[in-house]
Amino acid sequence: METVLEIKQAYKAFDGFVAINDVTIDLKRGEKHAIIGPNGAGKTTLFNLITGHLKVDRGSVTFEGKEITGTPPHRIVKLGLARSFQRINIYPRMTVFENVQVALIARDGRSFHLFTLGHALNRDESAELLALVGLSAEAEELAGELAYGKQKQLELAISLASHPSVLLLDEPTAGMSPPETVEAIKLIEEIAEARGLALLFTEHDMGVVFGISDRISVLHHGELIFSGAPDRVREDPEVRRVYLGESHGAA
Amino acid sequence: MQGKYKATFWLSVVLVALLLLVPALGSKYLVDLTTEIMIYALFALSLNVLIGYSGNISFGHAAYFAIGGYACAIFLTTYEWPLIISMPAAIVLAGLAAAFVGYFCIRLTDIYFSMLTLAFGMLVWAVAFKWRGVTGGDDGFVGVAVPEFIGDRYAFFYFTLTVVALSTGLLWLICHSAFGRTLVAVRENRMRASFVGVDTRRLRLTAFVVAGTFAGIAGSLFAMYNRGVYVESAFWTESGQVLIMTLLGGLYSFFGPALGAAVLYTLQVGINQYTEYWPVVLGTILLIIIMFLPNGLVGLAQKISAQFSRRT
Repeated sequence: METVLEIKQAYKAFDGFVAINDVTIDLKRGEKHAIIGPNGAGKTTLFNLITGHLKVDRGSVTFEGKEITGTPPHRIVKLGLARSFQRINIYPRMTVFENVQVALIARDGRSFHLFTLGHALNRDESAELLALVGLSAEAEELAGELAYGKQKQLELAISLASHPSVLLLDEPTAGMSPPETVEAIKLIEEIAEARGLALLFTEHDMGVVFGISDRISVLHHGELIFSGAPDRVREDPEVRRVYLGESHGAA
Repeated sequence: MQGKYKATFWLSVVLVALLLLVPALGSKYLVDLTTEIMIYALFALSLNVLIGYSGNISFGHAAYFAIGGYACAIFLTTYEWPLIISMPAAIVLAGLAAAFVGYFCIRLTDIYFSMLTLAFGMLVWAVAFKWRGVTGGDDGFVGVAVPEFIGDRYAFFYFTLTVVALSTGLLWLICHSAFGRTLVAVRENRMRASFVGVDTRRLRLTAFVVAGTFAGIAGSLFAMYNRGVYVESAFWTESGQVLIMTLLGGLYSFFGPALGAAVLYTLQVGINQYTEYWPVVLGTILLIIIMFLPNGLVGLAQKISAQFSRRT
């Protein structure tokens, strides 16, 4: 299968602390690839390196055959890579509708149109995206007043606005109740399927990880210690020792 | 929503019509006061592009007001350029100055952004103060050669009304444009906005330039109205005063700052007639806003009308 996203020997340190150490990882077209690892393993840092919010000290990031190392986030989005964040990232004092509309305005390159009324732009498409994630009824509510699970759905709608081919999801079910988690994952799977999206995601819920992943990679102390099919992860002695063993021991 | 825009439009038409009638009341004093209020209202509205819409608090906004004022005065008087060139040139100069300062300021956020705007503001004041040959230094630039057709009090009133109304209309459009909507999104969450494809730095810089340009318009009107420009116009207390006007009216409403300007300026003029303790009153007003009226007078009005509609 064709590779859409490739991180090669990425290295990132903060004041001497090595957050990401020579990580090489890739994502195939349409693949669902989970990255797991204990807290502080470097998952979010890796995401920030991919999306341009942080710059690698060494190594490279290639997306759709184009090197994007050092490219600012707003350009990377336009290439077709979208992301949701671990902590909820919406515009709280704007309506749900406007949250999505702004993303569409940006996608169409109209963010700098000073003399075009914003109100009437991309209305149908905004409504479609909200319908897709099941938020039509809440369109006129303030985003900050939505329930937690719905804010996550809204963030998904915002991420989808740019018509991405790859979606990075940082803990898409963090803070959700078990029934909410099931709903959210179902929604993400359906959308990924329908749009042919490749997913690179981090997730703490092992049921979700093993349930939907085509491939699982394990990060530990900033290093990639395993990458392969879900059924092989459990058997890997190194993974058992540093991760699964650890979490079982804690539980 | 469409209905809301329509209501805004008709209310504005009514307001402009009422303002047109002010000279008919026969009070020179009222005409002058209204002219001054309109100028300050535009100044406060321009600041709100930065504060309310982009969420960046500037402590140095008087700099662009003063640059617009000095430039317009100098072009008209020293160079004897006609108004049709002097005023646009002054406005462009204020915008360019904002672009230069903004280039540095937008690299920072929060208090660091604010402090840098203050520093640049003080720098502009220092230049105005020391560059005696051009600005008149602490004597001020006096005797501005105001063109004859707007030389009389009433003509200048109508001129100001026209310029302020057009500028306000343009500002309204900018604040409600695709750009304005995106600006609010950047205020709400810069990181998210950057990852839907918005160049947030360039967007904040554009807002800075818009704010500075319109402050320049207000400044050039002010210079002609007073037939002079004084260094006080560039001082940081002037930036503070327009900031208080904006807060008093309400940050999260387009017209709030204009209302704040009208109320604060009227109070200032009124109270100065009876006592020299205006700063005490100003301090008290600021205290009340911060403790009880976080969304200013417009926020208060909204709260009251919500209370009423709940009861009926």
